[in-house]
Amino acid sequence: MSVKFETRDIVVPGDLLYEGRIRTGENTFRREGNVYSNKVGLVNYGNDRVSVIALEGTYTPLVGDLVVGMVTDIELGQWVVDIGASTDAILTINDAINKSFRTNFDMTRVLDVGDVVVAKIVDLDRRRTPILSIVGRELGKVHEGFIMKITPSKIPRLIGKKGSMINMILRETRSQITIGQNGRILINGRNREDEELVVKVIHKIENEAHTSGLTNRIQEYLRKIKEDRK
Amino acid sequence: MSKKTKKKTTKRKSSKKKWARVDGRKPDELRPMKIESGVIPNADGSAYIEMGRNKIIVGVYGPREMHPKRFSKPNRGVLRCRYHMAPFSVDPRRSPAPSRRDQEISMVITDAIEPALFLERYPRSVIDVYAEIIEADGGTRCASINAAAVALADAGIPMKDLVSSCAAGKYDGKIVLDLGDHEDKKGESDVPVAYLPKIDEVTLLQMEGIMTQEETEKCIDLAIEGCKQVYEAQKEALKKKYGMVDEAEEKEEETGEEETVEEEEE
Repeated sequence: MSVKFETRDIVVPGDLLYEGRIRTGENTFRREGNVYSNKVGLVNYGNDRVSVIALEGTYTPLVGDLVVGMVTDIELGQWVVDIGASTDAILTINDAINKSFRTNFDMTRVLDVGDVVVAKIVDLDRRRTPILSIVGRELGKVHEGFIMKITPSKIPRLIGKKGSMINMILRETRSQITIGQNGRILINGRNREDEELVVKVIHKIENEAHTSGLTNRIQEYLRKIKEDRK
Repeated sequence: MSKKTKKKTTKRKSSKKKWARVDGRKPDELRPMKIESGVIPNADGSAYIEMGRNKIIVGVYGPREMHPKRFSKPNRGVLRCRYHMAPFSVDPRRSPAPSRRDQEISMVITDAIEPALFLERYPRSVIDVYAEIIEADGGTRCASINAAAVALADAGIPMKDLVSSCAAGKYDGKIVLDLGDHEDKKGESDVPVAYLPKIDEVTLLQMEGIMTQEETEKCIDLAIEGCKQVYEAQKEALKKKYGMVDEAEEKEEETGEEETVEEEEE
């Protein structure tokens, strides 16, 4: 029964985190009664639980996630969407248009191969394939803007506590930003300069995601750049 | 055969007072090693390793949809490793086409790394590992495994443990660690070992050449000791990527600007 690290220490896969019985949190596994880390991350002891905040991670689809994906194929009655997960996601016609349709419905009129969509994961089917929906506000085909990718494990940091980080960035840069939980971020600024600023800031957040006091530092960083421009 | 080698050894000992390896290392000393993680921006994870004069770059992609789909498995993910030597990695130039040897080493690396992964979490998917040998100097399969393990951890793929690998062998009648190109070719025997340091399991064990049973056992033990040293270097490489920012954080803590509330979740 003992703690092997201190909270917020960096651990690597296979590191022994806790000896004895305790609840296992994210990114940990149990072997021979002890708890080990399975990712590179920051260890967190608390609430009778050991977890690791991953510094690098792949995207695991969860119901309710907002994702940015690209249509890669059209099948019978459904689109195949690449969302950067281990398997492609499926978007059926029912989840794409909110009205009845005929069997000879031309699907390319709604979405074609190569189109980018903002969608919500509404279900995971029996094979754990994500099922998407684009019916809803601010969902659907993307017409303008560009996409940047960051590690999906750093998305919570970009959003911040109750959206504090992203709201601050929105306020300061006056750009439209859609954050997909899969690590793809859709940016649409008023001008090129604003967009470049957003990219810069997001890169900074990605590189310093594991440090504390980030929101304040980013705010200062934004102010400094803005002053330099004037 | 053993008689012949014995003769050779005694001869050497008489001519030279002190026995030394070609590059002046101690029998249980590794070559200088440098590992760096996150070197390929477009890969999900990557690593670069220098082990002596070996230079290898490894990229990891996935877990992603498997193409062609018929090779995917319904109940688990698949690990696909590709070991490839660049034409300029050896002298004389080598054909860039994958050789029989490349194919075999690819398979061997796959089998060495697979036990460390939770592949059952990614059904119908594939994790691709590409190891490109830029410069070869003996023991490339071990160096590839070391770099691949770091690259997989860098990609954020769940792992039970890192995989460390190192060879030991017999050269000039002595058991030595981490054979270089010359020792590999001129030596009597070569035993590459891959090892899960925390789980204490061997995942790769090959042997080439002739040795007695005792010598082989000694070789394996020595190689495992080498793997443990490699493991420390791998850990260092993974932590180093975040080290620089850590210092900045400490400075800030001193000035008292640290936020007390952590903003982890949305």
